[in-house]
Amino acid sequence: MAERVFMKGTEAIAEAAVRAGCRFFAGYPITPQNEIPEYMARRLPEVGGQFVQGESEVASVNMLYGAASTGIRAMSSSSSCGISLYSEGVSYCASARIPMVYVNVQRGGPGIGAIQPAQQDYMQATKASGNGGFRMIVLAPDSVQECVDMVYEAYDLAERDQNPVLVLTDGVMGTMMEPVVLPPMKTDEELAECRAKFMPRAIVGHPLGQQAYCRPGSVGDGQEKANIEAAALYETWDKDIRVEEFMMDDAEIVFAAYGISARISRAVVRELRAQGVKAGMIRPRHIEKPRFQQSQGYNRRRNVYPCTDEMGYRLCYPGQMPCQGSPEIRRISPDKRSGNEGRTGIH
Amino acid sequence: MAEEKKVYTRTQGIIPGAVSGFCPGCMHSTVHKLIGEAAEELGKLDKLVRVEGVGCCGLGQFYVTHDETIAAHGRAGAVATGIKRSSPDSLVYTYQGDGDLAAIGLAETMSAANRGENFTVIFVNNGIYGMTGGQMAPTTLIGMKSTTTPGGRDPEKHGYPMHMSEIINQLTAPYYIERVSCDTPQHVIAARKAIKKAFQYQIDGKGYSLVEIVTTCPTNWGLDTLKALDFLRDSMFTEYPLGVFRDEGKKLK
Amino acid sequence: MARIEITTEACKSCSYCVISCPKKCIEISEKVNSKGYLYAASVRPEDCIGCAMCAQICPESAIEVWR
Repeated sequence: MAERVFMKGTEAIAEAAVRAGCRFFAGYPITPQNEIPEYMARRLPEVGGQFVQGESEVASVNMLYGAASTGIRAMSSSSSCGISLYSEGVSYCASARIPMVYVNVQRGGPGIGAIQPAQQDYMQATKASGNGGFRMIVLAPDSVQECVDMVYEAYDLAERDQNPVLVLTDGVMGTMMEPVVLPPMKTDEELAECRAKFMPRAIVGHPLGQQAYCRPGSVGDGQEKANIEAAALYETWDKDIRVEEFMMDDAEIVFAAYGISARISRAVVRELRAQGVKAGMIRPRHIEKPRFQQSQGYNRRRNVYPCTDEMGYRLCYPGQMPCQGSPEIRRISPDKRSGNEGRTGIH
Repeated sequence: MAEEKKVYTRTQGIIPGAVSGFCPGCMHSTVHKLIGEAAEELGKLDKLVRVEGVGCCGLGQFYVTHDETIAAHGRAGAVATGIKRSSPDSLVYTYQGDGDLAAIGLAETMSAANRGENFTVIFVNNGIYGMTGGQMAPTTLIGMKSTTTPGGRDPEKHGYPMHMSEIINQLTAPYYIERVSCDTPQHVIAARKAIKKAFQYQIDGKGYSLVEIVTTCPTNWGLDTLKALDFLRDSMFTEYPLGVFRDEGKKLK
Repeated sequence: MARIEITTEACKSCSYCVISCPKKCIEISEKVNSKGYLYAASVRPEDCIGCAMCAQICPESAIEVWR
């Protein structure tokens, strides 16, 4: 029975993870994601799970690596500068092909930055979440409801691919409250079935001759083989590309945005439409393929303006972008320079 | 003539016929067989989980027959926490050297000990970084030469050797802490006993155990195997005296 | 009669068994194994008492003992 409740983003993320079967959480305090570990500390013992407050982000992500390598559903969360410290453990999980889910509730950066929301970890999330050139599915929700749905789905994707999955949200969605429909609680039988598939390589102890080993690296040609296999996996993700199209039928000016910027862009599109400008928006829900708009053919058809809450990089491939923005867009953007470059800043 | 009986057999905890990757005289391989023997005696080889540190201990991955994972450098304490809490029936141990446990992994080591996590730490202390070629470790003795202390460890510049068993003994949670060695058959037997006891405490749910094994590194000490034994006894044991630091199980009796 | 069996291919010539044998009936031989190590060998096997001290200390688990 679907349950509609009014919840804060971070707590909704935590509850969705528990309902998806998360039974281990390790995390370290950092604003604005503190309610996730706080909620987990209360909630996990109720369902027989384990919560550990790590001594650092580095320790937390390595606890996650350990827990997930036993085949249970595990999660961790942090925010921008904390996520930088996750690089080590995420890279190990990707190399050892350990399915796990982690959440980045983005704040401003670089460095310790600011606790205000931002989308400045886009490059890190999609291109280099750790050493070694691995990739992950990155889910970018734009509402508390989508945070819930994506966290719930993330475990299935992680287990399908035997790879980490990142849910990239931000301090706006983390701290705001919205009505959400919570998904059903996975039963112990369902979870046991998920774990059973992983058991041959779960690091829990096996009879002689059935040794399970989790090697985040190998000697000889093993690493090369593993990397070729991983690259083949990344190619399969084209089928996962899901893009929300908003008023795109006759759009001549298109905003490309994800997460919180998409909500803002939607309002901008409506305002422009009221002024007679044929505006529209595309919003990728999976952002691990930065050139999604090429594969979808958006660039060929229209002027595409990336809108993200960051100064630097963007969703679109720069060579494909128009050099001039329309006067309307310049007016909307306080950052004329980037607007002229087709990189509309929203600050 | 009485029928002859096999009184010493190679443990099933290490791969049959495999030759370890460790240098001649290195006691890492001794410790590996002791872990296998201890778990075998407890009938727990099928539950044994190894969390391997980074360094020479990494060579163990090609030598053991039980489940194993490799932690990032220093993070074995955190990885073992995740594993043991998610799979409480497993017999989990971390296998770490001095650089891994006492330098890069100090936070994970201390915090896991302080939480009293129910796993066993096997800490191999030879006073030097082996795999990377003989750099100074936190446990390097004063005056001892390494590739990064070519004039010998100078306390003015490099600080003093860290005594991890003593440091962890300052915490309240740990259940069992002992320092052993493998330089004589008697010490080997004592080391096996210590590892077995630590495993038994874990099976009984008693919490954190640390077995520190003071060993040689003939290659990076620049000594032949027997001279390295002399150095171990004359210098290492002076700095790192063997003995039981804590045994809560004994207190109860 | 007690006896030991040394897997010579696993021997790395560390001599720990030689110094641990109370009856001094193990020595480093003059033969090399395929890795180039002069391996340990049982000498005067009739003196062996099967105490297994050599097997206990052998880092490579290369010695098995019968008694």
